[in-house]
Amino acid sequence: MSVDAVTVRKIAHLARIKVNDADVPHLQQELNAILTFVEQLSAVDIEGVEPLTSVMPMPMAKREDVVTDGGIPDAIVANAPVSEDRFFVVPKVVE
Amino acid sequence: MNTHVKPSKLIKGATGDWEVIIGLEVHAQVTSRSKLFSGASTLFGAEPNTNVSLVDAAMPGMLPVINAECVAQAVRTGLGLQAQINLRSVFDRKNYFYPDLPQGYQISQYKSPIVGEGTVIVDVSPTEQIEVGIERLHLEQDAGKSLHDQSATDSFVDLNRSGVALMEIVSKPDMRSADEARAYVSKLRTILRYLGTCDGNMEQGSLRADVNVSVRRPGEPFGTRCEIKNVNSIRFIGQAIETEARRQIAILEDGGSIDQETRLFDPGKGETRSMRSKEEAHDYRYFPDPDLLPLEFDQAYVDELASALPELPDAKKSRFMKDYGLPAYDAGVLVADKETADYYEAAVNYGGTKRDPKLVANWVTGDVAAYANSVGLAVAQTHLTPAQIATLVDLISEQTISGKIAKDVLAILISEEKEGDPRAIVEARGLKQVTDTGAIEAAVDAIISANPDKVAQAQAKPTMLGWFVGQVMKQTGGKANPQAVNELLKAKLGI
Repeated sequence: MSVDAVTVRKIAHLARIKVNDADVPHLQQELNAILTFVEQLSAVDIEGVEPLTSVMPMPMAKREDVVTDGGIPDAIVANAPVSEDRFFVVPKVVE
Repeated sequence: MNTHVKPSKLIKGATGDWEVIIGLEVHAQVTSRSKLFSGASTLFGAEPNTNVSLVDAAMPGMLPVINAECVAQAVRTGLGLQAQINLRSVFDRKNYFYPDLPQGYQISQYKSPIVGEGTVIVDVSPTEQIEVGIERLHLEQDAGKSLHDQSATDSFVDLNRSGVALMEIVSKPDMRSADEARAYVSKLRTILRYLGTCDGNMEQGSLRADVNVSVRRPGEPFGTRCEIKNVNSIRFIGQAIETEARRQIAILEDGGSIDQETRLFDPGKGETRSMRSKEEAHDYRYFPDPDLLPLEFDQAYVDELASALPELPDAKKSRFMKDYGLPAYDAGVLVADKETADYYEAAVNYGGTKRDPKLVANWVTGDVAAYANSVGLAVAQTHLTPAQIATLVDLISEQTISGKIAKDVLAILISEEKEGDPRAIVEARGLKQVTDTGAIEAAVDAIISANPDKVAQAQAKPTMLGWFVGQVMKQTGGKANPQAVNELLKAKLGI
């Protein structure tokens, strides 16, 4: 498996990362190096083996349905570049 | 899947009939105190960013911990939809960018949802019932809310809703008309409310639907579908389907083809339009969320939840038909709202004595419902109590008052004596039906002797009897027993 220049641009766009044209060949090479490295895994026979989504052989911890958090609007927006009346303010996004 | 084509459902195009194929994805907000993966409150209408924890704001290093009650609610809902409950399910990340999604992904379930296939039985009309298949139900997080009208250049983001638990309930493409889709959503909402797993409040966004619509010639394979996003009322769901079906038929009949796309319904303009920006977003790059272990429970847990479920609408309807001898339609109307059904039963069995169930049903679904409707309330929310309705019905059954006087008594209960006892009202206002034949006879004689011309007419044309009945009732203030009046009049007029 390998990626071409178009795919690199698409991945960058989906991740909202601005990539200059000059950087594309370099990134393409890096991504392909990673993919080649990971490719080694396909040498392993996984016939009949369940996909492993976690290495923890334990049941997932659950929370009681109790309100224990919130009420900190000032802290929530504290790091926002722009906020107003405890709203985050972002450049206009409209459909 | 319904493969049988119902001719009554077809839409007439310029070049022949078309069949509309509808599938719905309903997003139902789980009823819980706190969010799916955090301890922040789910209460509606709080000040901006107040019901937000650092987890919901996706601050670095925060980890999700699942709310056990949300899991139980999803399982209860699955059971109510007669669906397969999956003892093991997995949470995935659905990646996309939007300012009201601070994580940059929504935690959802993709390949392994908590609930699999099920069925909903839907009454489309008093005479038509359909089955709609459920494809799956999964748990996921809601996003925040963006406000676009606060400023010309900026959008304001409130994360109060961010992280609230949603159940996405996906139907099979089993609906063939806007009526069927509306009836399905109504039924789904009734089931959720019975279960107490979602309040079904569409105005507050607790229940929203994405509507998939395609059209085809009867008997042909499915056409290309369009998805209409985020329709937030049952009425709009119907309108959106009809508008979109017409749009697709017009394109196809002009020799065009349908592009698979996401559209928005604009109720003001009565049109659907393309949401171009969503095209690319379909590349969600799902993968299992490494912050969460698989969701696992055993059958005993499911059985315990099943044993504690309330009686559901279909079961209640059958019971009403069996125990109270109600027609399917009346039973269906009564059980559509759980509180109305409870109200009805309380009235039928008031005071430990059972009264005519059909008569009580007529009052509850008739005059009482009409009044409730006129003041914008559900039957059980009105000030009229089951005891008052029960007593009113008793008074009719005992022949103490006629059905007509009962309506007058109801009007008094509605406007003048809100907490009044119907029996006391009848007594105090002298509304008791006159069954004393002597008194009725006197009134009958008086009318007959005063109207010799009408007597002659009535003898020639017996339908004139109604006029005499009316006069006698007027003379007795509506209190004469109508049956006694009829009999006496017939005897005296010789008809």
